[in-house]
Amino acid sequence: MSDAPLLKVDDLQVTFDVRPRGAWPWTPSLKLHAVGGVSFELEKGETLGIVGESGSGKSTVARAIINTIPASGGRILWKGQDLLTMNATERRRHRQVAQMVFQDPLAALNPRMKVGEIIAEPLVTHKPETKKAEVKRRVGELMERVGLLPNQINRYPHEFSGGQCQRIGIARALILNPELVICDEPVSALDVSVQAQVINLLAELQRDLGLSLIFIAHDLSVVKHISDRILVMYLGRVMETAQADELIEHPVHPYTRSLVQAVPIPDPRVELAREHPVLEGDLPSPLKPPSGCVFRTRCPLAKPACAAGLPEMLPVGPGHHSACPVTAMEGRAELA
Amino acid sequence: MALLEIKDLSVKFETNDGIVSAVNGVSFNVDQGDTLAIVGESGSGKSQTAFAAIGLLARNGRSAGSVKWDGQEILNLPEAKLNRIRSSEIAMIFQDPMTSLNPFLKVSEQMEEVLTLHRGMSRREARAECIRMLDAVRIPDAAARITMYPHEFSGGMRQRIMIAMSLLCRPRLLIADEPTTALDVTVQAQIMDLLRDIKNEFNTALILITHDLGIVAGSCERTMVMYGGRIMERGLTSEIFEHPTHPYTLGLLEAVPRLDRKEEVLPTIPGEPPDMLKGFKGCPFEPRCPLRMEHCATEPPALERLSETRVRACHRNPEEVA
Repeated sequence: MSDAPLLKVDDLQVTFDVRPRGAWPWTPSLKLHAVGGVSFELEKGETLGIVGESGSGKSTVARAIINTIPASGGRILWKGQDLLTMNATERRRHRQVAQMVFQDPLAALNPRMKVGEIIAEPLVTHKPETKKAEVKRRVGELMERVGLLPNQINRYPHEFSGGQCQRIGIARALILNPELVICDEPVSALDVSVQAQVINLLAELQRDLGLSLIFIAHDLSVVKHISDRILVMYLGRVMETAQADELIEHPVHPYTRSLVQAVPIPDPRVELAREHPVLEGDLPSPLKPPSGCVFRTRCPLAKPACAAGLPEMLPVGPGHHSACPVTAMEGRAELA
Repeated sequence: MALLEIKDLSVKFETNDGIVSAVNGVSFNVDQGDTLAIVGESGSGKSQTAFAAIGLLARNGRSAGSVKWDGQEILNLPEAKLNRIRSSEIAMIFQDPMTSLNPFLKVSEQMEEVLTLHRGMSRREARAECIRMLDAVRIPDAAARITMYPHEFSGGMRQRIMIAMSLLCRPRLLIADEPTTALDVTVQAQIMDLLRDIKNEFNTALILITHDLGIVAGSCERTMVMYGGRIMERGLTSEIFEHPTHPYTLGLLEAVPRLDRKEEVLPTIPGEPPDMLKGFKGCPFEPRCPLRMEHCATEPPALERLSETRVRACHRNPEEVA
C-alpha cells in the first residue's frame, strides 16, 4: 500500500446520458463522452496542472476524483484503493481528504452564513465531536493562514471582494487537513492584481502543508507558473503530458503547440515578433466526436490515417508523452 | 482634427447606497485608423467611459464633460440624433455575444434589419451584403448558415457574427468591450487576428477595452491605463510596457504570470481594488501603492504631459517609479 501513489487515475471514462429534445420515451439517450481514457498519477506534494479549453472535460475529471460524478469506466485509486468499490463510510472519509476550491468565489459561499460558520462547516459536518472552542481556534488559525483578519469572522460573504472570498473558500477547503486540494479555475474570476496574490497563497500553502494540488485552468501561463507537471486535454482526452517547463518549451502535440502559440505574452516586443499561426475552426460536438484522433478536424498536420484509430500516448522524452503519432516520430528524431 | 475627442469626461451613478463616481476627468483622442487599448480592472471605469461617450449609460448614470465626434459635440445629445451617429459611424461589440444577439430571430433577420433601416436597402440587396460581410469575418458557408438561429453557432462564431453586424454600415470607429473574455484562447487568437485584418481593410479606428495585457501588446498602438475611474497613464503601447511610469502599471505588468518567464514567487500588488462608493480625495491607487507619500492621500495628482504621446498622473517623478 505504501508505495502506491496518492492518486492514480487509470483509463477514466465519464459519459453522460443526454435526452434529445422531443425524443420519444423509448428512444435511447445519446451518450456524451465527457472524459475518455484519461490516465495519470499524482504523488504526495506534487502539483498537477490540467489545461484545456471549455468542453475539454477538465472539470469532469475533478468531479470524478472527489466522487461527485460517477465514473462510467476505468479506475480511480486513492492510495491503492478503488473509489468505486468504497462503501459509504469510506467515501465519507475520502471526501475529507480530497477537498475542492471553486471558480466563482461568491457563488461557492452560502450568502446567509457568516464567514466563521462557512469555514467551520466541513469540520462540524465531518467531525461533530469537535469541541466548540477547538472549532473556533482552528477557524482563527486558518483565517490568519490565508490572510484574513480575525475581526472579519462575523461578516457575511457579500461584504468581501472576490479575492477575499476566494481566500475564504481556500480556508474552508483546508480545515479538515486534506491531502489533496483540487482547484477548479480558482483565479479566473479575479482581477489581475488580485490573481497573483491568490496564486502565491496557493503555492505557499502547498509547500508548507505538503499538499497535493490539482490545478485546473484554461490559462496556460497561470498553470505553468504553479504546476510541476501539466496535462493537456482536448475534447475529453489527454493530448500531452510533461513537466511544466518541458511542455511549454518543447511542445510536441500539434494542439499543445497551437495552445502555446495562442497565449498572448504581455510584452509588445516579444508579442509582435512571435509567429501566430491561428488554429481554424471550433471544438466539435462531444456528442459526435471525430473518429480516431479527436483533434484531427482542426489539426494543421492531419493525415488520412489520423481518422483510423485512437492514437496512443507515445513517449517522446523523459516523463513526456504525446498522443500524436505524426509529431512523436519527429520528436524522437530530434532526440536521437 | 481628431475623430473622437473626449475632454474631462466624468460619469456618476445614483445608487441606493449613494453616488458612485465611476469616471473622473478622463480625456483622450482617437484619430482615423488609430487603435487605442483601455486597460483596467473591474470598476476602473474603462467600460463606462466608452458607454458614456456614445450615450449608452444606464438610466441612473449622468455624464459631464465634452465628447466631440468629428468636431461636433455629442455628449448627452437626444436619442434620435445619437442614433444617427451610432447606426452608421460608431459601432460597438460586447463581451457576451449570446446576450447581444436576439435568440428569437434568425441571424439573417437581425443583420438585414440594420441595412434596410439605416441604409434603405431592399431585402435582396441587404441579404447579399450580409453574406459578403459574414464571408469577410470568415464564417464558412455563410450563404447557407445565415438563416440559422444564434444558438446554432459556437461562441467564437457568434462573436464573428457580432463583428460582421457592427461592420455593416462601415463604421469609422469600432469599440470592442472585452470582445474575447468569454472565449477560449485559440478562438481568442482567431478573433484578434480578425479584428486586425478588419482594421487594415476598412481603415476603422478601434478602441479595445480589456483587462488582458497580453492581447493589448499584440494589437494596439496606444494604451491607456485606468484605475478607480481615473487615467493612470497613457502612451504608445511600446512605451507603456517597456518603461511604465506609474506604480500601478508597473505592478500590473509584474503580477501577470508569463509563458516565457520563470518566477518562483509572483510580485503582487497588495490590497484589494477600491470601493467606488467611498470615493477618494487623493490618488485612487494610494492605499495599495508601494511608493505612496503623505500628500498622495489628500491631493489627486494632475495629468502631466511627458512627451508628445505620453501622459501620466503620479506625484512621484517618472525616474523614481522604474
